Amino acid sequence: MLDIKGLKVKLEEEDKQILKGVDLAVGAGEVHAIMGPNGSGKSTLSYVLSGRDGYEVTEGSALLEGADILDMDPEERAAAGLFLAFQYPVEIPGVGNMTFLRTALNSQRKARGEDEVSSADFLKLIRAKAKDLKIDAEMLKRPVNVGFSGGEKKRNEILQMAILEPKLCILDETDSGLDVDAMKLVSDGVNALRSEGRSFVVITHYQRLLNHITPDVVHIMSDGRIVKSGGPELALEVEENGYADILAEVA
Amino acid sequence: MALPQAKADTTEARLAGLTLPEGAGWGRAAREDALSRLTAMGLPGRRDEYWRFTDPSSLNAPEPAPAAVFEAHEAPIWDGVDRLKVIFVDGVFDAAASDPLEMTGLEIERLSDAMTRDIHWAKDLYGKLETRGQTPVERPFAALNTAFATDGLVIRATGRAERPVAIVYLHGSETSDAILHHLVKVEEGAELTLLETGPAAARFNEAMEVDVADGGTFHHVRTQGRDHERRAATHAFARLGTESVYKSFTLTVNGRLTRNEQVVEFTGDDAVAHVAGACVGDGRDLHHDDTVFVTHDALACESRQVFKKVLRNGATGVFQGKILVKQGAQKTDGYQISQSLLLDEDSQFLAKPELEIYADDVACSHGSTSGAIDRDSLFYLRSRGVPEAEATDLLTLSFLAEALAEIEDAALAEELQIRLGEWLARRR
Ligand SMILES: Nc1ncnc2c1ncn2[C@@H]1O[C@H](COP(=O)(O)OP(=O)(O)O)[C@@H](O)[C@H]1O
Ligand SMILES: [Mg+2]
Repeated sequence: MLDIKGLKVKLEEEDKQILKGVDLAVGAGEVHAIMGPNGSGKSTLSYVLSGRDGYEVTEGSALLEGADILDMDPEERAAAGLFLAFQYPVEIPGVGNMTFLRTALNSQRKARGEDEVSSADFLKLIRAKAKDLKIDAEMLKRPVNVGFSGGEKKRNEILQMAILEPKLCILDETDSGLDVDAMKLVSDGVNALRSEGRSFVVITHYQRLLNHITPDVVHIMSDGRIVKSGGPELALEVEENGYADILAEVA
Repeated sequence: MALPQAKADTTEARLAGLTLPEGAGWGRAAREDALSRLTAMGLPGRRDEYWRFTDPSSLNAPEPAPAAVFEAHEAPIWDGVDRLKVIFVDGVFDAAASDPLEMTGLEIERLSDAMTRDIHWAKDLYGKLETRGQTPVERPFAALNTAFATDGLVIRATGRAERPVAIVYLHGSETSDAILHHLVKVEEGAELTLLETGPAAARFNEAMEVDVADGGTFHHVRTQGRDHERRAATHAFARLGTESVYKSFTLTVNGRLTRNEQVVEFTGDDAVAHVAGACVGDGRDLHHDDTVFVTHDALACESRQVFKKVLRNGATGVFQGKILVKQGAQKTDGYQISQSLLLDEDSQFLAKPELEIYADDVACSHGSTSGAIDRDSLFYLRSRGVPEAEATDLLTLSFLAEALAEIEDAALAEELQIRLGEWLARRR
């Protein structure tokens, strides 16, 4: 599904190397977790994969189902099946949530040569998905993320994911700022989307989320590299001992 | 005081091509008064502080510069609205194409007809608010209008007008020069919505005097036509009585030069005035100027100015907005915001927001900003699959939304929103 080889990334504006050679292979249907201390480059990896500007890839490649995504525009990557649930979802005053979702869905369908979804079908779709995430009609009517609490923003990200049905979902600290109930809603939402053809990269700081979304592989990222990979037990190790031991061990 | 030579020359040259329209009686007297006001103040020049950001020379010129007629490939705006339609072609009333001038709750007739009658309410309004509006700042094009207007409507709402009056200004001749003057009187507790649409002429000078009596409501929504080369200088003068409501929204897309002046005066307590505008300007030749002057001379009135401009490819936007709170106008609530969205570095926005306050118990605020498309928002939309051009349009519409939200009637606002979306899409 996702094949990253020797990915090196620096900031466009300054001479600062952030990713220093990332290798990551995520198979179809798999869930991979990426953990690591603050500033290790997790969000940067997610931004580079989804095509945000400000970064320069100096070496390496990233393929989504065999296609080189690094040369694509962000919207092309989305149409190709990539989705990033943002660590900090953006507020967009003046653009209604519904309009936004429908425009996004139909843009992707158009790019893939599929028919657009009619207003009626879209309404049905969104009502069903929103209900599962306890997102009420009033929230759907509001401008994108404006006035949403932290938890509401994260649920809205998962709603978008459920509507857009991507092939590869990258969740960047979707658990931060969630209380126990919201965490349950969000992870149920994610689990409902798990399928053979869909893969997940779950970036998180804490092991907590991984109790709900069980990963196949856990990676530890530090200073722009993946320094250790293992099974779910690696997350427990981090939880118990922190990063220091692991980092000392690989140093 | 004698006028500076250049100003005197400009004024003389412009006046040489104009003659006072025929007619005797009060109309004639009002026109002659206006002409003497005009010759005393002279037409504006670049040296005038009020015209610092906008070059008036094409508005002053004896002849209008030719303007090609725009061929729209869409249904005319407001066609779906149940309305009383009044058509002017190059500034001339077209009776055959217009609806009969009759409606419950409303008296409406041509200015020239009203002027033939000795006794008419219009006598006390024609040129009166324009004259008041000349202090403290001169508005020479408005005086010129009162003197030389060749046509216009005289509208009096006596109750709740059952439908909006919609004036459609068609532009047919590439060299037309139209001067129209409308009077609107909204009687106590009456209600009227006035819609205006179209470029009117190659060069258009419009003045409207609106007198809203106690408890009256006036809504005004206009779109200024999409002809790229047209030029317009418009004035709306409003006098607002106790607990009256005045809401005005203008959408401008294209046009080489637009100067929209709005002069609002509160004379009764607890009244509300919202004046708003949205402009989408494209190209080095586009110059759009909103000049607003709100005077609070009563207790507890609320005024709002909301102006948004989207500028690209070297377009220029201007905003001059003033809130004047006179002594004793306590509990005034005044708000003013002017913002531009600059889609490239060639475009510019020049703003002069002003507050002048002589009362101590008031809440007034103003703000002015210029910015580009928010990169985070743009990336967020694109990451969801929305192509860059479409995402930019969505963000552009969202930027304008605050101004459109000032339109009272949600259906009218939605129609404009949809049109804007279509226009933006076609301009990509
Ligand atoms: N646009 C940027 N400008 C400056 N520094 C940046 C930028 N993006 C990332 N960085 C730096 O790169 C490093 C990795 O950041 P990030 O990817 O956000 O880490 P993480 O998500 O693992 O906490 C940090 O040192 C951060 O300050
Ligand atoms: Mg991060």
